[in-house]
Amino acid sequence: MAGLLVPGEGSIYFDENPVSTIGAQNRNAVYVPQRYALFPHLTVLQNVAFGPLARGKPASDALEIASKTLDLVRLSSRAQALPNELSGGMQQRVALARGLASGAKLLLLDEPLSAIDARLRLDLRHKIRDIVKQSGLTAIHVTHDQDEAMSVGDEILILKNGRIQDFGPPHRVYRKPAGIFVTNQFGGASFFEGIVDNTVGETAFVSVRELVIQAPSRMLTLTSSVILAVRKERVRISTDQPPEMDNVFKGEVRNIRFLGNSNEYVVRLWNGDAIASRNFAESESEFKVGDEVLVSFREGDVMVFEYPPQGLSKELEIS
Amino acid sequence: MPKLDIIGVSKIYGNIHALNEVSLHVEDKQYVCVIGPSGCGKSTLIRCISGIEQPSSGEIYVDGKSVKGTLIEDRQIGYVFQDIALFPHLTVHDNLAYGLAVRQTPNKEMRTVTNEMLGLINMRDRSRSYPNELSGGAQQKVAVGRAIATGVHLFLLDEPLGALDAIVRAELRYELRKLASDLGLTVIHVTHDQEEALSIADRVVIMKNGRIVEVGKPTEIYHHPKTLFTANFVGETNLLEGTVSKIESTRCTVDISGHRVSLANQNKKMGQRVVISIRPESVLLTPHTEEGWVGRIMQVTFLGSLNRYVIDVGGIDVVSEVSTTEYSTGFRVGESASLFLKEANMTLFDYPEEGLEKEVRLE
Repeated sequence: MAGLLVPGEGSIYFDENPVSTIGAQNRNAVYVPQRYALFPHLTVLQNVAFGPLARGKPASDALEIASKTLDLVRLSSRAQALPNELSGGMQQRVALARGLASGAKLLLLDEPLSAIDARLRLDLRHKIRDIVKQSGLTAIHVTHDQDEAMSVGDEILILKNGRIQDFGPPHRVYRKPAGIFVTNQFGGASFFEGIVDNTVGETAFVSVRELVIQAPSRMLTLTSSVILAVRKERVRISTDQPPEMDNVFKGEVRNIRFLGNSNEYVVRLWNGDAIASRNFAESESEFKVGDEVLVSFREGDVMVFEYPPQGLSKELEIS
Repeated sequence: MPKLDIIGVSKIYGNIHALNEVSLHVEDKQYVCVIGPSGCGKSTLIRCISGIEQPSSGEIYVDGKSVKGTLIEDRQIGYVFQDIALFPHLTVHDNLAYGLAVRQTPNKEMRTVTNEMLGLINMRDRSRSYPNELSGGAQQKVAVGRAIATGVHLFLLDEPLGALDAIVRAELRYELRKLASDLGLTVIHVTHDQEEALSIADRVVIMKNGRIVEVGKPTEIYHHPKTLFTANFVGETNLLEGTVSKIESTRCTVDISGHRVSLANQNKKMGQRVVISIRPESVLLTPHTEEGWVGRIMQVTFLGSLNRYVIDVGGIDVVSEVSTTEYSTGFRVGESASLFLKEANMTLFDYPEEGLEKEVRLE
């Protein structure tokens, strides 16, 4: 898209105009790489003014655009600093400001936050989105962080081995992911390999190593092999029989992981399979490792996928 | 067995105090995570322990013995860092055996230990692979295995998972933790990832500007932070500025721009400026009622298992995160909602002398 590489085949259009023969500098798109690549000998203000100057704006206009953009990323107070006097997060914002000031309408962000501390990244991702929206830009933001993608993206594109796996708004991709890989990559889940034993109306009974899990039947054929997936937060653990749950199984707590806003449990079910449960409601864990518990989830929360030709573990492989 | 005592360690470069009078006690077999913003001194701290850097002042004791003057290679410390440093021309097996060979371990013992190590890191089937044939995660497991194979029990990990993809990183941290427990290792693990620290550490150390701000168990650090800096740095939080407007026996009322919150008094005085910290998941939302605080939903972000709301409550922005399993619908931008702040999850702080923004600044 940026024009740094030439596609082997296919075409790219900006506003219905093919850009394949247009050089990177004339595409009206700006590429912001992971490493900020600021000019070390220029001040923050001069770095940001560089784009407008290069486009032939008079110096006074260029500086005005630059200082307005610095305002937007809240760095006006550091306009006269050199890049190496700033923290990584600030340098990243300068790089973003330089991209914005360039006047391009398409912003290409390549892992813009990955070099920044996790806590600061949380603040900056909301800021990036706000700035892009305020400036009325189109942005393509590459990230390996699924939470970041959900926080900033209107739509999310998931790629694997050079192919698109899924494309849609965050809630659709999360609720109805296009496949096993997307489910795992995007939110994660517990997966089960099973065989469709029986279907009654809208319910399929899938046997998973001696366990029978109720799942939506959709168009499942009897005796077909399937993969079932359940999101962690849809799985409840309790000591008492839970009301209104279609799937209830006995298990033993094997791991408890404190994640701050939630606790994550790994429970081994009596058939040997493991299932994860994430609980946001409790602040201190109500269970201990070794506790016998009941694990429950609704039929409607079970996602069903065709058994992948190369097996489940191959399908889940990331690289 | 390796317990570690760091007493009054400073490291000064020119006029910069990378470490300023740092003291820390680590018990044998403890898994300690060190977190803090860039430049807080966390890496300098473990570089001093390893012997790569020498402290400007202060002492470091391993098993009660000062390590001053002991060379890096004689410190019996394993060290793994973010950039994976395997020998590219050696197989996984030979990389694991390397440390043992250098220590002139007898052949038979070397074979046994290397084999055991391959099993521990779950890489028996990859023993003949070369590093470049492995994923980043697998390579890092070999690097950890190689350090463990040398028989040391004190480990320093500097962002060992930092270069890996998010999902691989999350899985590997539990593997790493399990390995450390199974083998009874003492570990100091530096990370910039708060969730990583909370989920695997026995104790978390929080650093800022070359000093230790706070040390505690993950649940203490998250639910009962002792400082405002920690409250904001570990997980997101709402910081609400207010004034104590009423004190009645053990309770006090805090006035936050006209909104009142009643909570247990923690030695605060009438009229005192305070800050209340409350985590987004402890701010509950219900459809508009007469009770509670009323606000308007300004922003909704779907985060998969959570919905994140930014709510304008009379000029104050409050962030609430609600599990997506709890409401079938949720709220839309522009709707009004009532907020309930869970009292048990509020922490009350004195207003910082140098201002709130400066106190919690991350850069």
